[in-house]
Parts: sequence; structure tokens; C-alpha cells
Amino acid sequence: MTFFNHFGRYLLMIKGMFTKPENWRMYWKELMHQCNDIGVGSLGIVVIVALFIGAVSTLQTAYQLVSNLIPKSTIAQIVRDTVILEFAPTITCIVLAGVVGSKIASELGNMRVSEQIDALEIMGINTKAYLIMPKVIAAFLMIPVLVVIAGVLGIWGGRTAGILSGILSPEEFDGGLLSGFIQFNAAFALIKAYTFAFIISSIPAYFGYYVKGGALEIGKASTTAVVTSCIMILFADYILAALLL
Amino acid sequence: MIEIKNLRKVFGDKVVINDVTATMEAGKANLIIGASGSGKTVFLKCLVGLFEPDSGHVFYNGRDFIEMEDDERKELRQQIGMLFQGSALFDSQTVEQNVMFPLDMFTHMTHTEKLKRVNEVLDRVNLKDANHKFPAEISGGMKKRVGIARAIVLNPKYLFCDEPNSGLDPQTSLVIDKLIHEVTKEFNMTTIVNTHDMNSLMEIGDHIIYMYHGEKEWEGNNKEIIYSKNEKLNNFIFASEFLKDAKEKRMMEAEKNIE
Repeated sequence: MTFFNHFGRYLLMIKGMFTKPENWRMYWKELMHQCNDIGVGSLGIVVIVALFIGAVSTLQTAYQLVSNLIPKSTIAQIVRDTVILEFAPTITCIVLAGVVGSKIASELGNMRVSEQIDALEIMGINTKAYLIMPKVIAAFLMIPVLVVIAGVLGIWGGRTAGILSGILSPEEFDGGLLSGFIQFNAAFALIKAYTFAFIISSIPAYFGYYVKGGALEIGKASTTAVVTSCIMILFADYILAALLL
Repeated sequence: MIEIKNLRKVFGDKVVINDVTATMEAGKANLIIGASGSGKTVFLKCLVGLFEPDSGHVFYNGRDFIEMEDDERKELRQQIGMLFQGSALFDSQTVEQNVMFPLDMFTHMTHTEKLKRVNEVLDRVNLKDANHKFPAEISGGMKKRVGIARAIVLNPKYLFCDEPNSGLDPQTSLVIDKLIHEVTKEFNMTTIVNTHDMNSLMEIGDHIIYMYHGEKEWEGNNKEIIYSKNEKLNNFIFASEFLKDAKEKRMMEAEKNIE
């Protein structure tokens, strides 16, 4: 299949998600289930990644700032801005593309191969709306929250690492953290989070939903979904930075 | 009743279903038989809309399924139950939740009413004490029975079964066959069973269609099939020497009786 075949089918899948639910209560239940899977299920890995990325960025920034003319509080400023602008939204979402994306692709792929999707279709259920839409909405709701958590923990991790390694004092870090803060940076991080949330949920859903074959194909679809999502995240990251910064 | 008129399905340049016309009557087990690759599953999937046929019509009690809008199809599909080859149970749900799913989705019954209905159908398929088990914890035969229970929980008018006996031992196959036959008669459903199990054929074949290379080769019932002179059908049904001998003996006995 060519790129245009895939893209056309992807757009048709997205269009197919927008129909009136057969039963609102069941869709709500599915949405809550997905929020739990995507949000709570990924919290642990997001916390670990954010803490270490913040810590490492403090150590590396300090390592690169060799001049005594630059105040140490600058380290906190650099850590804050890199965490908010790049690390919290982009790195977190790349990790989520692996965790959530592979889960979505393999779950839908398994349902397709074992005819569970056909069984739902036969019952008269719009499977695109029932299986994919709750995942996309759950990603929209939970991924920005995870990005905010990652941002806060990243900065806190950086502060802790700076203090524990004796690079700078808590007062120096806090002073740097509060100086020259641009509010739009936080808004930009959230814009990225929403864009990436759509990519992380819809692309793996596409590869899982249309899988053909058996266990091997489910594995391949899962890998393709994660790789494509990561590339699309990096591409969107560049486009958003070029357009909005 | 389901009427199929000139149904045709092509994949690439391969004609999988070629101009099939048939009538599936209510209250009867309509069996579609044929060798692997003869187009049985594609035929079944065309009837329920999982594949779109290239031409032809499928009438459900006079309403053309092929020409229907999505909403109409959705409505009709609530009258269709289907048992899949691999049962297609939802892995993350218990037996009870699987059977309750259509009730949750399409009815406004209270939980107590739904539970009562679920227990009724599970009882009907002789499955007790399995409500809280997951599909991975039950046997193949039990899965099929759960599949039947889920298919009939909304009292459908049409029941489709895709190779209900695959992977089952002869005794369990017989139980599943009888169950399908009983529910067909009991609820006056139009049942279409896709099979290549010879026991099913003899046991429940009220109406049989033999497919050969995507075409309807023969039509009859389980009494007529024994005496059929269709060579392709006989080669398929009486493939083993043992069965061939059995058929010849039966034919000879029948001829003697006529004399």
C-alpha cells in the first residue's frame, strides 16, 4: 500500500469515529477505562523519566557553563525552559508512544485477528466510534495532565540533583526558576501535548484496527505504530516550533 | 427468511462467489458446505455485511440488506446473532459480562433483569457455574456455548454460525449441533451454518447448500444428500473409502427396497 492509501484510509477511520453512540453509558464506561489505562497506567514511567531527565539536564547544563561570569541561577532558567519547552512534552510523549501506542495497536490488532471487532460490528456497533474514539478522547484528557506532571517533576528533579551534587543552592535555583519566565512557554507545551496526544492515540489505533494476519502481524503493526508515531511527533514538534516560537 | 439473489464477490481477479442464488428458510438449520477455499466464509460474511458483495442482493424478510443505509443496517444487525469460528469472546470480560454485553448496549433493562436474562440463556446452553470465569479459563466447547448464549441473548431472528465445530471433539460437536438445532426450532430463527463437519450435515441439515469453487453446486437436505448422484458432492462427502462403501451399501439397499 502506498503512503496515500494509508493516509486516505486513516482519514476515513477518523471520519468514521464521529457517529452518535449506540449507548452513551457504555461509551462513558469505555472512556473511563481508557483514561485509567492511558493516564494511571503510564504515570509510573512518566514520573521516572521526568525526574531523571530534569536531574541530568541540571548536571549537563552546569558542566557546560564553565564561565564564572554567568550566575549559577542561569542553570535553573535553562533547566526550566528546556524541561517546559522540550523535555516534558516531547520526551514524555515519545515514551508514551512506546507505552500507550504499542498497547493500543496490539489490543486492537488482537481484537481484529480474533474476530472480536467483527463480533461487535455484527451486533450493530460502530467499532471505530466505540473502540477508537474513547482512546483518542482519553489521550486528549490524560496526556496533557501527564505532560504537566512531567514538567513539574522534571524541574523538581533538576533542583534536587543540583542541590545534592552541590552545584547550586536551593535559593540560587529558586531565584533562577522565577526570573524571566515566559508564560507562553507553558501554553506552547500544552499545545504540543494535545497535538502529540492525537498522534499517540490515532496512529497506533489505525495500525491495530486494520491489521491482517496473526500474531506476527500484530507484532509488526505494533512496531510500525510506535515508529510512525515517534517520527510524526518529531515532525510535529518541528512544525509547531517553527510556527509558534 | 433470507433470500440471496445473484450474489457475486471478487477479490482482485479471483471470483470467490459467483452468481449464487438461494433461499434460507426460517425455523430451519441451513447448512453451507464445501471444501476449504470454496468461498463459504466469504459467502457468510457477505450475508452479514462484513464484506460488501460486488453485485447481487440479500433480502432479510424482503428488505434488501445491500441497499440499506448505515442506520437501517445497524437496526437490522440487532436482530442478527453470530457465532464465530474462534468464538470471538471479549478476553477481558467474564462469561457473564460477555453475554450481558448486547443487553448493556441495546436495552434499558435493570441490572437484575439483565442478570436474569443472562442466567436464562446460559442455562439454555447448559452452562452453569461459569459466570465469573474468563474465556481463557474455559474449554473450547464451553467457549462455543458462551458464543451461542451471547448470540441469542437479544432473541435474534437470524443466527449465523461460522464453523461451529472447528477444534471440537465429535461428542462436543454433536452437543453444539443439537444446541444450534434446538434454538433454531425453539425461537423460529433463520439459522445459517457454515461447516464441513459431516456429522453436522447428517444431524441437523434441514437444508444444505454445497459450494464448489464459489458456485452453488447442489442444494437439498440431509436425506437427499445420501442418494445424490452429483459427482463433485459425492467426492467431497464420501471422501474416505469407508464412507464410499457405506454409501454404496445404502444405495443397494434402497434399490432392493424399490424392487
